[in-house]
Amino acid sequence: MARAVTLRVVEGHARHYRHTWRGTTFSTIVTPVLFLSAMGLGLGGLVDAGRAEALGGVDYLTWLAPGLLAGAAMQNGAGDGTFPVIAGIKWLKTYEAALSTPVRPADLALGNLLWATARASIAAVVYVMVASAFGAMTPGRGLLAAVPAVATAAGFCAVISAFTAQLRTDQGLAAIQRFLVMPLFLFAGTFFPVSQLPDHVEWLAWFVPLWHGVELARALALGTSPAGPWVLHVGVVAGFLAIGVLLSVASFQRRLHR
Amino acid sequence: MSRPAPVRPATSAMLALRTTPPILLGRGARLVERNVLAYRQAWLVFVSGLLEPVFYLFAVGVGIGGLVGDVTTSDGTTVPYGVFVAPALLAASAMNGAVLESTFNVFAKLKWGKLYDAVLATPLQPRDIAVGELTWALLRGAFYAFGFLLVAWISGLVVSPWAVLALPAAILIGFGFGGVGLVVTTYLTSWQDFDLITMALLPLFLFSATFYPIQVYPAALQPIIFLSPLTHGVELVRSLMLGDLRIALLGHAAVFVAMGLVGLRVANRRFGALLLK
Repeated sequence: MARAVTLRVVEGHARHYRHTWRGTTFSTIVTPVLFLSAMGLGLGGLVDAGRAEALGGVDYLTWLAPGLLAGAAMQNGAGDGTFPVIAGIKWLKTYEAALSTPVRPADLALGNLLWATARASIAAVVYVMVASAFGAMTPGRGLLAAVPAVATAAGFCAVISAFTAQLRTDQGLAAIQRFLVMPLFLFAGTFFPVSQLPDHVEWLAWFVPLWHGVELARALALGTSPAGPWVLHVGVVAGFLAIGVLLSVASFQRRLHR
Repeated sequence: MSRPAPVRPATSAMLALRTTPPILLGRGARLVERNVLAYRQAWLVFVSGLLEPVFYLFAVGVGIGGLVGDVTTSDGTTVPYGVFVAPALLAASAMNGAVLESTFNVFAKLKWGKLYDAVLATPLQPRDIAVGELTWALLRGAFYAFGFLLVAWISGLVVSPWAVLALPAAILIGFGFGGVGLVVTTYLTSWQDFDLITMALLPLFLFSATFYPIQVYPAALQPIIFLSPLTHGVELVRSLMLGDLRIALLGHAAVFVAMGLVGLRVANRRFGALLLK
């Protein structure tokens, strides 16, 4: 599916990014510093003095850091599946320009996904460095944990861009943010274990790809076992990504083939 | 497809009524009316804005609250974490809502919609734009604050009848931040600048005695926390919702009165400079 010309699409994204990187770099570095100090250190003081036994014997900062790694990566990936896609199709019409070259819709879908994955990877590495400086993880284990986090991010980017490519207006994007990305960021085991949820909704986590990504990242960062078998968590994250790729290619082809 | 509303012929009495500016808002009320009409097409977007603070309430209040247990507030009483954090989330959501409405939405109308160029072709003045947009932001914020309080009350997180005053307090917080937001908007040039706004809001949200009492900070840092206007909003709403009425609350409230009035005044001048050149 991926062809050499797909990389030209990635190159296009990279060239554009050379003009806009300043704003995002600042937030990539500052956001984890703020979250880790406010939630990890400040709130962690209350959690560690409270009922920390739910965290399996680690302090809150250490427990939170891999969850935030996966949650923030998911937000990055999901974001790259929304406005850049509808802007390329509809507002800036850069996709139209690309399609008048040997680039095909599948190249645009995969090129955007590869670029989003590269960006999520850079952000994840920066995050691991910051979290290591906080003493929340070791750099080696942190980089291991970044792998499932970035894979989850890519899966969300693929699935959401499949949805975005079918949109006529950007109203659906606000809905994605409000009903999917934000609730997942808050509830998928990132800030507190899903065991804290009421019993009748706790099982829902097994159907949430981000939760599997969080479980993998946390197990790798802490050197513990995840909630379920490794193969199941890996299977869900990988399967979600694979289905997302197929969906987004099909969706781009449907929207952009005239 | 929705059918266009039937056009009713205007009588001279109706016309006189519509061209007379209401006392409090002046002609800005017409801009509020315009926003109400515009949102009739997108009422789902409007209503679903209720969910965001409610999600936070459950994630932080219930989820993290289960880990924290009880907290001791600044006046020494011990309350469940959910009761402690709910007022802070209300104050923060009032700040976020007012800033987003007065920056993102106003910028889009100013820059791309060219809406205010059209507005100024009518008897409306730049002052009416500032007053109208701020009033609209406050109406929207009041709707969300009311919904939040209702959910908090149903969830058992409201422990004092004084909590009803949290609604006007949230509107006051919106007035302060919305006024400043309008001024900021007139200095924005592109979407890239919005990263700066989010980067300013995030530390305010995280470090304003929102998620934990101010005593958790090292003593040297505590005075700095009071530099955040949101800290005063959190103190105000939290004291009201816990029923801890003190004269000092007037001081916290005054911060937002000042921010809002100064913001309105400067925004009025800036809109004039931008649009009437």
